[in-house]
Amino acid sequence: MSTAAESVRISDDAVLQRLTTLWRTPPTLLGWLATVDHKILGKRYIYTAFVFFFLGGVEAAVMRAQLARPEGQLLSPDAYNQLFTMHGVTMMFLFVQPVLSGFSFYLTPLLIGARELAYPRLNVFSYYAFLFAGLFIYASFLVGQAPNAGWFNYTPLSSVVANPGLNIDFYALGLLFLGIATTVGAINSIVTILALRAPGMSIDRMPLFLWSSLTISASIVFAMPALTVALIFLQLERHWGFVFFDVARGGSPLLWQHLFWVFGHPWVYIVFLPATGMLSMVIPTFCRRPMVGHTFVALATVVTGLVGFGVWVHHMFATGLPQLSMSFFGAASMTISIPSAVTIFAWLATMWFGRPVLTTAMLFALGFVAQFVIGGISGVMTAAIPFDWQATDTYFVVAHIHYVLAGGTVFGIFAALYYWYPKMYGTLLDERLGKVSFWLMFVGFNLGFFPMHLSGLLGMPRRVYSYAPGSGLAIFNLLSTIGSYVLAVGIVVTLWNAVRSRRRGVAAGPNPWGAGTLEWLTESPPAEYNFARIPAVSDLDPLWTNAVTAGASLDEDRLTPRTTPLDATPEDVVALPRNDVWPVAIALTLTLTVVALLAGWYWVSALATALTLLGLARWMWPSRARIGATQS
Amino acid sequence: MTASGIPVDRLPTEPRRVRADVGWWGMVLFCMTEATLFAYFLGSYFYLGVANPAWPPAGVPDPSLRLPLLMTLLLVSSSVVLVLGERRLARGQRAHYHLGTALTVLLGLGFLALQAAEYREKLAHGGPATSAYDSLFFTITGFHGTHVFVGLLLLTWTLARSLAGNIDPARPVAVKNASLYWHFVDAVWLVIFTCLYLSPRWY
Repeated sequence: MSTAAESVRISDDAVLQRLTTLWRTPPTLLGWLATVDHKILGKRYIYTAFVFFFLGGVEAAVMRAQLARPEGQLLSPDAYNQLFTMHGVTMMFLFVQPVLSGFSFYLTPLLIGARELAYPRLNVFSYYAFLFAGLFIYASFLVGQAPNAGWFNYTPLSSVVANPGLNIDFYALGLLFLGIATTVGAINSIVTILALRAPGMSIDRMPLFLWSSLTISASIVFAMPALTVALIFLQLERHWGFVFFDVARGGSPLLWQHLFWVFGHPWVYIVFLPATGMLSMVIPTFCRRPMVGHTFVALATVVTGLVGFGVWVHHMFATGLPQLSMSFFGAASMTISIPSAVTIFAWLATMWFGRPVLTTAMLFALGFVAQFVIGGISGVMTAAIPFDWQATDTYFVVAHIHYVLAGGTVFGIFAALYYWYPKMYGTLLDERLGKVSFWLMFVGFNLGFFPMHLSGLLGMPRRVYSYAPGSGLAIFNLLSTIGSYVLAVGIVVTLWNAVRSRRRGVAAGPNPWGAGTLEWLTESPPAEYNFARIPAVSDLDPLWTNAVTAGASLDEDRLTPRTTPLDATPEDVVALPRNDVWPVAIALTLTLTVVALLAGWYWVSALATALTLLGLARWMWPSRARIGATQS
Repeated sequence: MTASGIPVDRLPTEPRRVRADVGWWGMVLFCMTEATLFAYFLGSYFYLGVANPAWPPAGVPDPSLRLPLLMTLLLVSSSVVLVLGERRLARGQRAHYHLGTALTVLLGLGFLALQAAEYREKLAHGGPATSAYDSLFFTITGFHGTHVFVGLLLLTWTLARSLAGNIDPARPVAVKNASLYWHFVDAVWLVIFTCLYLSPRWY
């Protein structure tokens, strides 16, 4: 690394002092609540998501205990329904997407050489809205009425006739609330990536993780409304007598399925693509060479996001749709394997032409590749309609989704954790514990989930609380249970490693892996203002090619440069907002709105909405002192 | 100048006029996600329309055009008035801008009053619970009415800010955002008008 590059950390003491004063988070309760620091909030996202990961894991562990032997007596059918629904809801909505968002909100400004996200206060709101929505959904356990119609919540099972309790209301209102947080977070990412990149970081010099973030954020903008519409229909039908899904009065239950999967399949890529983006950062670093086929991988990411909107019907092959429609969607689903293969071969080529170093992060990346290939193959199998008719709603599909999302995404998240933990905390995770954790997870995962392919092919239906003895399923289920517990032990080892290494880990220094992207120019952990001097870059992997120069300090206010979306030519300097509690207040009043809707106190809900609007008006009202400098 | 060819030591440090502000991009994306929301609403309308033997179902007349045509006129003219007012702001004539915005708000209120009258007529023949068709009609128009209401709040809020001297005429981001949202709500109405009021007459 050149001294020229290092000088982005260096400036004279008076300047550093001014920057620290401008950007710091006061160590008070108010400071803690009001901070807009993307690094603090990103970590909070990750912590909170891991708490939900733990809860979702406990749900899975209880279910595996129930299924360890035929005719298990641990759970009633109703309790089992609530557990598998909450396991799915938790992992899909409260763990994987938020933890990826957390990494993205933490890393994006560092990766692009900026000092903050484009909308720092909106980030505060997204975090608290996510937290409160998650707590709201989990409050359903307190009244014993957790959602119980599966994470995709088909009608008429979720209709008020079949399901009169609060279960589905928790699901629908909670996800509507969470949808707001997710959408504004996505908008924040898009604008940050397109407007705040360092001077010179033209779109072709943008790290691949940002291509993933950009793609999935755009997918969220266009996919989330489908779920919102479906949930609005559901609640209007359940509580206000409207008709959308009831055939007798002109509705159709398939409308729910279409709307849900128009959202749901893009969502699968939304929770998958960021992990591939992380791998595309980890693999080049530990292969000691630039990524092979950078441009093709970037394009493959975007194509996957786009084609993801054209494959939703493959979740509905067994619902009696017209042959032509099924053939079209079957073919489209197989098309997805092409961009996925481009990415995988680019990773393999990077390893082939590089000199791989088998750190824990790299091991998790390799585990991801192996398991994702298996999940991809079972995906192509189920894209073939005749096969899908046999496998649908069996454990084969359970195996498929877990190979992609647990074997893929979760292993990617762990690779990211081992890779970026030193940046976040300034100390390295213990490699020995890391390797123990990886092998436990790798063996446990495959032991747990591979047998599900077989129990599925033998006809074991998913979402049923028990199975008969003598059906030939017992041995596979026992293996699945043992494997999932080994997996859980492996996960706990990493969590223990993370806690332990904060104090006992080896000091990392700015760039422990000798990586090539901008986040490794900052101190570990980065200073409040990220970069003491604004970097400008002229290459991909600028740290490897000496392509960074340190620019102005911009210490008059909370300033960061703004550049053009494609060429990243400097255009302007934007003044970013300071710490603010109003976003927290808005998240609270929205929570009150949702709770009141659940309880049927409609006037309270209306009042809380009015308060939300007033709060927004106050939030967006700039102080006179900053007129001319603010960008709101 | 540096080796990379980027004059980093000469970055503009003063905020200056640019074509589009960071805040404006947020509003563009917000309108895009909202537009998608209405697209899914209307997609559901046509999906159930195809699934039903008759749409609107037998016994339900095609929606009357009398009030909606007037409502369309009000919204379209409100957008024109708003654009005229905003142009005056750019030339520093704040009073004209205030007048234009206030007039837009009045026209928007007129739209909501007519929608209320239309609802009263419709509710006399059975509410949203009658059939899937009625449910969709009330949900889609009701959501749009809510958007009009939010647009009015946004315009009023911007007007209040301007009256309080809290808008920078060199960078009127809030004004631009409120207008963008208002034009978006108008455009959505034109699509809804075409789909819900005109299209039943074509088949």
